[in-house]
Amino acid sequence: MTLIAPGSGSPVGDPFDGPTAHAEERGTSLWRGAFARLRRDPFAILGAVIVLTFVIVALAAPLLAPYEPARAQWGNQVTPGSVPGPSAEHLLGLDAFGSDLLTQLIYGARQSLLIGVVSTLIGLSVGATIGLLAGGIGGWIDVLLMRFVDILLSIPSLLLAVSIAAALGRTSTSVMIAIGVAQVPIFARLLRGSLLAQREADYVLAATSLGLRRRRVVMNHMLPNSLGPVIVQATLVLATAIIEVAALSYLGLGEPNPTVAEWGRMLVKSQDRLETSPQLALLPGTLIAVTALGFTLLGEALREALDPKFRR
Amino acid sequence: MVVEDLDQRPPGQPLLQVRDLQVRFTRRGRDPVRAVDGVSFDVRPGQVVGLVGESGCGKSVTSLAIMGLLPQRRVEVAGEVLFEGRDLLTMRRDDLREMRGRDIAMVFQDPMSSLNPVVPIGLQVTEVLARHTDLDRSAARKEAEELLRRVGIPDPARRLKEYPHQLSGGMRQRALIAMSLACKPRLLIADEPTTALDVTIQAQVLELLKQLVRDSGTAMVMITHDLGVVAGLCDEVNVMYSGRVVERAGRRELFGHPRHQYTGGLLRSIPRLDEPRGGTLNPIPGSASDVIPWSRGCAFAPRCPARQDDCLVPDLQLVDDVRPDHLHRCVHPVPVEESTP
Amino acid sequence: MLRFVVRRLALTVPVLVGLSILLFLWVRALPGDPARALLGQRATAESVENVTRLYGFDRPLHEQYFTYIGALLQGNFGSSTQTGQPVVELFKNGFPATAELAFCALLFAAVLGIPLGYFAARRHGTPLDNLTVGASLMGVVIPVFFLAYLLKLVFAIGIGPLDFLGVFPTAGRQDARIAATHPTGFYVLDGILTREWDAAWNALKHLVLPAVALGTIPLAIIVRITRAAVLDVTGEDYVRTAEAKGLLQGTISRRHVLRNALLPVVTTVGLQAGLLLSGAVLTETVFARNGLGSTLFNAITLLDYPVLQGFILAIALMYALINLTVDVLYGVIDPRVRVS
Repeated sequence: MTLIAPGSGSPVGDPFDGPTAHAEERGTSLWRGAFARLRRDPFAILGAVIVLTFVIVALAAPLLAPYEPARAQWGNQVTPGSVPGPSAEHLLGLDAFGSDLLTQLIYGARQSLLIGVVSTLIGLSVGATIGLLAGGIGGWIDVLLMRFVDILLSIPSLLLAVSIAAALGRTSTSVMIAIGVAQVPIFARLLRGSLLAQREADYVLAATSLGLRRRRVVMNHMLPNSLGPVIVQATLVLATAIIEVAALSYLGLGEPNPTVAEWGRMLVKSQDRLETSPQLALLPGTLIAVTALGFTLLGEALREALDPKFRR
Repeated sequence: MVVEDLDQRPPGQPLLQVRDLQVRFTRRGRDPVRAVDGVSFDVRPGQVVGLVGESGCGKSVTSLAIMGLLPQRRVEVAGEVLFEGRDLLTMRRDDLREMRGRDIAMVFQDPMSSLNPVVPIGLQVTEVLARHTDLDRSAARKEAEELLRRVGIPDPARRLKEYPHQLSGGMRQRALIAMSLACKPRLLIADEPTTALDVTIQAQVLELLKQLVRDSGTAMVMITHDLGVVAGLCDEVNVMYSGRVVERAGRRELFGHPRHQYTGGLLRSIPRLDEPRGGTLNPIPGSASDVIPWSRGCAFAPRCPARQDDCLVPDLQLVDDVRPDHLHRCVHPVPVEESTP
Repeated sequence: MLRFVVRRLALTVPVLVGLSILLFLWVRALPGDPARALLGQRATAESVENVTRLYGFDRPLHEQYFTYIGALLQGNFGSSTQTGQPVVELFKNGFPATAELAFCALLFAAVLGIPLGYFAARRHGTPLDNLTVGASLMGVVIPVFFLAYLLKLVFAIGIGPLDFLGVFPTAGRQDARIAATHPTGFYVLDGILTREWDAAWNALKHLVLPAVALGTIPLAIIVRITRAAVLDVTGEDYVRTAEAKGLLQGTISRRHVLRNALLPVVTTVGLQAGLLLSGAVLTETVFARNGLGSTLFNAITLLDYPVLQGFILAIALMYALINLTVDVLYGVIDPRVRVS
């Protein structure tokens, strides 16, 4: 599938457009060119490595972790004043409840991936549908849907997620739904904006004048062109989701069981042991930051790579 | 007779002398692009010189190189650009900044994007005056109003306070022309000044330029891909292809007796009113990317109908085989008798 | 211009109304008895009956809504189910601390961020630029509360060999031992107004770490947006025209580059308000500052619905006002917007 890329550079002599440059760019689709550019970008590679490591660890958790998660088997070794550090049986020591820290961290990745992906998918599917309907149909449906989106945007997204999670009860599912709903406006606006921008594009005019029905024009032509920004945004949203999961745990929402392996929860529960065992907070916190960083790097690199203005 | 040495021409110091200008753009991990590959031409005081060619031939880059407006990173410029004897390429940047706007000015292609959208038109004119003259605020404003009037903008006093988006395309370009001529420069470089305008406005703006240039004695370099513009305006024409000048002649001579096959192709491709309707058009075959480097032969050879093996000679020189002031770089030029009378 | 403002206001009203409807439905949609939910711990058979009659839970839904709106417009946002305090009072008590913190955080982010972004853009491609980009990326992804922890750990508590860095106070807004009067509730301002200099200074010291923690993400975002905006604008044709006119570098920077680049920056700075509000919730708990954030935190933990409802509505109102201000500001700076 070749993508029609709307809008290229200036019609007359752009300084970088030398006579020999044309031959190389000819026949390169948007995606192939983007991939080539990504391979040369050190930030993109770093981001991809982080993301890949994260996903692999999350998926292979049962194979990688030395013990079972959240069992607090060694609770007797934990005192209010100290928590056992690294040893032969426990590479990173124990956590505040007596579980193996390394195991908790590994399974925490799994939890973060799960919640992150599910909530992003919720936000993406609901938001994209709203955006498509609003942008594709227009009229009062557009107005109605966008007012609804505005309501979602009327309070900061974290507070929105908090409200929803609080209302739905203390489970992981409510956290996923809450964060997902908070991401709906982003995708709704993105899709709608993309459709609106393309509505005026010449190629849409051409397709319509050829007699194609509106639905076909939207689905077969405009939608693929919106794909790039959506993927970029989904990646960035995943990064935010991972952080927001942690924040919601911090606020006491989500999974009620305190020993459950989730990075945000681990961070919260280690608050009082900050002076004696800082690693209990530093490790999960750093992992949250690094994982979010990986997704952000990847998303930003993708955005730059897909931008047709950067065709050099 | 091979004549490359333009300094042997009749006396009268040229205003601008471009000598073997070369501009290369380096790219990460790929070969550099030679946008300008040895361009030389002169501009005499009061003369209108045309720089004609298709997109990508290097004419815009040439003008930017003359003005010193190319980016500083990844760009290599070589050669000489003498303005009244001083080399602009080796001048200190501060000195060049002094000269820009005051001695040499430039008008660009797209009037909408060439104007600052959040600053009123009046200020965009007076800032040039403030920079290069010692007119005070009110004198500068009056002068700005007069300038706008002279370029044909109605009700100039009101326009001073307006923003670019409130003006039409033609008026914006007129305003830009006013800004460029504000300090009475001796040379004006116009890079496709009418391409972005409606056809009817195009004629008006060109007429304006012609008149202003004649009245003030300013020399002009007109950069365009439109031969019609050239025919109406230029005294001398340089045809560029793939970074080099391939033909130079006076206006009448060029249109009457084109020599380089590329020029011939350009002229042939223009549909004429006196041709029968329903006939086919005569485009130049191939595309602008079908080139070979000048170091290996004539860059136009891949598309040329008259190509022969001896066209693949490295670094063809400019020759004048018809008249001393008509130069070209063609090994098998258009025969003199074949041209239109 | 006035028409522009009025139009923008008119757009906000339906949104706020919609939000109030949602919030209204929220409590009534909860499983179980809304009166019980509202009363929480203090629910007895009698009080439940009273509240039901008081709030009209036995009336038709639309009637209830109008009662609710009526109460809101009169300034009655209900009372906390925990303490019985009117929500409005809780809000007034917590507002100065949070506003103080948010203001300092925003100041920190903007005053540091805009010049940093500008200079990074001017030195595009140099190591300094790359460093700035990298640092700002990291700044965006650090969770606020984690950063707050770290700062508290290093600069307040002090770890091991870096103990000497632990100079800042760990908690609160001001040392209780210092005699201070608080006419406005904004501690630093109060200290200045009453000329109690050590009170002001002490309050300021308590602000540093929380403000830095709260302001780091906005700082990173502002740096990135400023840098991107300046880079974009520098490549625009009108900057080339300005160069062609031979204008001085300073003139070009001020009148042509910055005036255009600051447009998206202004919008961004305004939008950071949202981040600051949610971040305040998290930061205030780490540093034990009693503001809107910690009140909200408690309300969430205890599911104190009147407080949650009231605060969310109030925050939405503030948010809407800030967005309106940003839009108006944008209209002042960019003449093109005023026409549409």
